[in-house]
Amino acid sequence: MIRVEDLTIGYGSTALQENLSFDVPAGDIFVVLGGSGAGKSTLLRHLIGLERPMSGAIEIEGLGDPRLAQGAPHFGVLFQSGALFGSMTLAQNVALPLERWTDLDAQTIDTIVRWKLRLVGLDGFENHMPSELSGGMRKRAGIARALSYESKLLFLDEPSAGLDPVTAVELDDVIMTLNESLGLTIVVVTHELASLFKIGKNCILLDREARGIIARGDPRELRDDTTDDRVRSFFNRLSSVGA
Amino acid sequence: MGAAGFQIDDEAGARRGSHLRIRGSLDLSQAGRLRSELAERLSSGTVRGVDLSEVDSLDSSAASILAEVCRQSANSGGDIQFEGASGRVQAILSLYTDRITRECLRDPPGRIGILEHLGQAAVGLRQRVRELLTFLGEFFDAVRRAIQDPRTVNWPDVGRLIERHGSDGVPIVLLITFLVGLVTAFQAAIQLRKFGADTFIADMVSLSITRELGPLMAAIVVAGRSGAAIAAELGTMKVSEEIDALRTLGLCPHRFLVFPRVLALVFAMPILTLLADAVGIAGGLFVAVFQLGIPVRGYLISVQEALSVGDVVGGLLKSVVFGMLIAVVGSERGLATRGGAEGVGSATTGAVVTILFYLILSDAIFTVLFQSMGI
Repeated sequence: MIRVEDLTIGYGSTALQENLSFDVPAGDIFVVLGGSGAGKSTLLRHLIGLERPMSGAIEIEGLGDPRLAQGAPHFGVLFQSGALFGSMTLAQNVALPLERWTDLDAQTIDTIVRWKLRLVGLDGFENHMPSELSGGMRKRAGIARALSYESKLLFLDEPSAGLDPVTAVELDDVIMTLNESLGLTIVVVTHELASLFKIGKNCILLDREARGIIARGDPRELRDDTTDDRVRSFFNRLSSVGA
Repeated sequence: MGAAGFQIDDEAGARRGSHLRIRGSLDLSQAGRLRSELAERLSSGTVRGVDLSEVDSLDSSAASILAEVCRQSANSGGDIQFEGASGRVQAILSLYTDRITRECLRDPPGRIGILEHLGQAAVGLRQRVRELLTFLGEFFDAVRRAIQDPRTVNWPDVGRLIERHGSDGVPIVLLITFLVGLVTAFQAAIQLRKFGADTFIADMVSLSITRELGPLMAAIVVAGRSGAAIAAELGTMKVSEEIDALRTLGLCPHRFLVFPRVLALVFAMPILTLLADAVGIAGGLFVAVFQLGIPVRGYLISVQEALSVGDVVGGLLKSVVFGMLIAVVGSERGLATRGGAEGVGSATTGAVVTILFYLILSDAIFTVLFQSMGI
């Protein structure tokens, strides 16, 4: 679904990560891991075409280079803050890409929007403004908007950030449901290990010092089998927190 | 904070000044005395160890003083060891001393000299110019695409924006231009009376208001209200990732957000200016009638004779350009916002100052142009 080759990313002349290469298979929940400052969110911004790489290539199936994307959205994105448009109701937020990129009549759009919101557990909140919602609800609404144009690829930037554990688990359930039921390919940027082990099928671990990927594969296998001290130290945070 | 205090002695049996023993409680209230007494005793450079076995309690402020002593000693080639601490005292001390060599997440910014400041300013200026050119390129591209396919313009927003930036601003624009007309007439009346030219008050007020003060004062009020509002709104959208979200939905922010604001102000400014002209002239009428005793009808006939269509149209033409400037600069500053709340504040302030500068500059250019064209 996504192919990344020899990608070097950073700001100005400072490289955060160098020569990254990885593939995201279709139908995967692919998690990008790393500590603070490792460049996870920066990598995401490159994957969705908001930043120009210092070198290397990103190719999304059916689109090519995401920076050259034009017209209707090829993928959905949930930003860390939800990034809902504050002057619009939830329904208007979710309807926006449909109004812009389809010829559907208002009633059809209204029906689709209501069901998208129901899918993420926000049935009945169509006419609420984003400011009237909790952080978890805003993220759910962000996912509904990201899904509204039937994208098969979803990018989620720190979906659990700022949420209480119960809400974070509920959001993980929503993500898994979308992956299993709709067959979506989902790329998640996070450093929440609980979330990783629950939803992640594959992951890469970015390291700030190494400026590259220091581990890749099934997160549970990495946790149990790794011999790399840096990887073990990263995954052991969960057991020390849980202890 | 306790007030039990502490005491520092030479350790029994050790060579004088080589080992110290601290007794008592070390906490925030004692931190100043602890730092100065330790500094005094350590200044000899002979101290090798500090016994903490008789320290009853230690808080994190006092621990930071001990850690600093340890760090300074290490920097000057010494090696002071804290000994005998146990339990909670050791735990708190370790919190600091074990991290002395720990690497920071990012290198702290170094001190920079004046040349580097100048260099950074030059690089920043280049960056700003590049951003401005990019913005203008994207904006004109958005205008071109909007003309080619008008359906893609966010038309519902245009009406709402005309109301917010136009009609909502009518009361304040009217009040200010009425007062400007009144003050202009009052000042003129004093001078004109000296020459017995009272009757020219209508000519003076109507020409200065329609050609200059009406469009300019309306634009200044709109710059303060709407220019700032546009920069703050788009700046907040930028820092809360809403602009990025728009792009990922396949919507161009310039066409979706900037173009409707430019349209709204281009439409609203001439109307505000026309109203400002009328009310400014009415301010002059007020002075003419009550100060100079000129009849209302006489004043209005003089205004009619003094004004040509060119005077009014020239002012309206200015107002269209002023409206465009306010919306474009406000939007550019908003979309260039970086950081959080502070960035939005800077963008808003920068937008108003820049707009005022461009308004005055363009007004001067218009004046010269109209003069050379004989308007």
